[in-house]
Amino acid sequence: MIRLMLIALAFATAAFAVEPDEMLEDPILEARAREISQELRCLVCQNENIDDSNAELARDLRLLVRERLTEGDSDEQVVAYVVHRYGEYVLLRPTLSAKNLILWLTGPFLLILGGILAVLFVRGRAGATPDGLSADEEARLKQLLDE
Amino acid sequence: MTAELGHFTLILAFIIALAQSIVPLIGAHKGWSDWMRIAGPAAQVQFVLVGISFAMLTVAFVTSDFSLWLVANNSHSTKPMLYKITGVWGNHEGSMLLWVSILALFGAMVAVWGGNLPPSLKARVLSVQAMIGAAFYAFILFTSNPFMRLARPPMDGEGLNPLLQDPGLAFHPPFLYLGYVGLSMAFSFAVAALIEGRVDAAWARWVRPWTLAAWLFLTIGIGLGSWWAYYELGWGGWWFWDPVENASFMPWLVAAALLHSAIVVEKRDALKSWTILLAILAFSFSLIGTFIVRSGVITSVHAFANDPERGVFILIILAVAIGGALTLYTLRAPMLKTTAVFGMVSRESALVMNNLLLTVSAAVVFVGTIWPLVAEMTTGAKISVGAPFFNLAFTPFVIALAVILPIGAMLPWKRGNLTRAAQPLWGAVALSVTLGAVVWAVQTGGRVMAPIGVALATWVVAGALADFGQRVKLFRAPAAESARRARNLPGGDWGKMIAHVGFGLTIFGIATITAWELEDIRTMQVGDSVTLRQYDIRFDGVDQVRGPNYVAQQGTFTLITDGREIATLHPEKRIYPVEAMPTTEAAINQSLTRDVYVVLGDQQDDGGWAVRSYIKPFANWIWIGTIIMGLGGVVSLTDRRFRVAAPGHKPLNAVPAE
Repeated sequence: MIRLMLIALAFATAAFAVEPDEMLEDPILEARAREISQELRCLVCQNENIDDSNAELARDLRLLVRERLTEGDSDEQVVAYVVHRYGEYVLLRPTLSAKNLILWLTGPFLLILGGILAVLFVRGRAGATPDGLSADEEARLKQLLDE
Repeated sequence: MTAELGHFTLILAFIIALAQSIVPLIGAHKGWSDWMRIAGPAAQVQFVLVGISFAMLTVAFVTSDFSLWLVANNSHSTKPMLYKITGVWGNHEGSMLLWVSILALFGAMVAVWGGNLPPSLKARVLSVQAMIGAAFYAFILFTSNPFMRLARPPMDGEGLNPLLQDPGLAFHPPFLYLGYVGLSMAFSFAVAALIEGRVDAAWARWVRPWTLAAWLFLTIGIGLGSWWAYYELGWGGWWFWDPVENASFMPWLVAAALLHSAIVVEKRDALKSWTILLAILAFSFSLIGTFIVRSGVITSVHAFANDPERGVFILIILAVAIGGALTLYTLRAPMLKTTAVFGMVSRESALVMNNLLLTVSAAVVFVGTIWPLVAEMTTGAKISVGAPFFNLAFTPFVIALAVILPIGAMLPWKRGNLTRAAQPLWGAVALSVTLGAVVWAVQTGGRVMAPIGVALATWVVAGALADFGQRVKLFRAPAAESARRARNLPGGDWGKMIAHVGFGLTIFGIATITAWELEDIRTMQVGDSVTLRQYDIRFDGVDQVRGPNYVAQQGTFTLITDGREIATLHPEKRIYPVEAMPTTEAAINQSLTRDVYVVLGDQQDDGGWAVRSYIKPFANWIWIGTIIMGLGGVVSLTDRRFRVAAPGHKPLNAVPAE
């Protein structure tokens, strides 16, 4: 009996990410909601966005996003609103701000630095002469040429 | 008794590893051949001992010996046999034992097949290998003993996480470990070469097959994991940029770079110092990956050992291994001088570009993975770095790589001419631009991703084929002549073509599924149909079914196209009573052009069911491409030159027969 109750309970709590009942009538608005949802983190989950998450809190956030959209907010305004309430932690793509500069600039910086080093290296190789002949080889060559 | 035997042999293996890490190293330094020769037998004995230990743990799982803490916590008597066996590594302790067993296996393989290695190099390689082994034996024995007994064994076990009870995931860790640990060979060879102070073509010829093997196992492992995520985690996502996925992806990227740079060392005796550095970095990323997964520092779904004490232990291993190797590198690397000469336009330069893009992209993944941790430690700010960041920051590197690949692959060594090298590629250019344009024109409102992806994929695949055609003089010589040339083409060249084609196909799969996926979410009553493109999906009802260790609500859907019923789909919502955990099992109708993917949700108040259905175009090409890439690795491994002793490398210090 207990086991059956457990099963029933588990089934009841196994939610379903975006539920049909939370979707907006307007397909364009709904599409925008989905796009925004994929950029926002489910705060109680491990590396999951609110669009994919089954958590209750993620559902609340999805509803919040849709509520703001129906009230006429732009995408940026919706995100700003959510960030204002929950902090930058909700952003799966951190802002391009001073404190995240390293995160965003590592790629371009290393690419440029590595590119310069690579070009210098290859130019060095292109300019280099193959190992010169040793003294013995020079002598041998001279001897052969003289013959 | 079996568990005690396993524990005992594990301790013995630890002791042997300690001896193996010290004695041959001294021997190689002093030139004492008998001390050096200990390494071989020691590596083999070590493998046998740890093999027995692993077998004993497997026996405990198979026989459901719940007097073992590990078995009691991670297994259950009703679990199918397959998952009892794979449950051995479905937990922290067992997976570490698997890790170190594979490490010992690789060591034993060098001992057995390393006959043509210079004895001092062989001794040093095995010694370094044993040092890594000793560190991990100590880690297992002191912090993660799998053979701990319980004073009062329970009647039955706790079960295994149902998500792990799946063939895709069951075999994913062993492949990943073969890859991670395979890179330890490249590491050991690099460190041994630094100690020896010599890197030559023969060294590269020795390192390349190990790297190739490690890379191909990683490729398969990552592919399996991604495929599992696709059908098991719910909505058909196949890559989440989860820290644990990144942990396997970073070594893969660096290993791919290493594979290519080792070719330059082998053929041209250049990039030696860089290749050594890559070998060290590749294994460092493997260790960091292990650290990320095991310590729980960066928590994720996969981190089943959230134990800081273990984290500190691994951190020490990490610091000593990476720090030590890099210190040795800075001391010794200046000795490695490149004498080769090559021009700006040459295969060498192209491979330098390849290495630049691969390593910088790995660095981007690395920074993205650890940034939340670094930011929190330095400024206290809680920050998330997820898929949207990686998609934006990583993708340009793949695009750049795909653009230069076909050209670079055709450039001649030393000095090339861009116009001449590009000659056979004009067909590929035309084809890819045309296909890209067609896609651009045909698709309505799709993303720019699709035409670019299709053009790039075509370019890479057609480029690889054009290169191959060039090599065998296809259409320029009689067919028989081309066939003869193809037969005589070295395995390495075949492997190159196949792997590059695989890479192109994966790009194709990723671009098309990303751009053209179609989704529908709705409440369906029994008898309702939903139409997606040319498909009708009819909902026929839900039944209760029982599995061996779960119960499920199983939906029945009929897939209809052109008025014909082409398939019946059974998505399930399962519940595993032992673990009290629900899982969703999507139903997928697969084909080469699209997957129809149906997920059953909850029953709604009005009696209908929430249903998600998708058309996922060309989804399977992601994994077909991955498999082909791996196949390229296998074919490359058959190359004759890896089995033939390197020329001019007679065994030194040979001992006369007694």
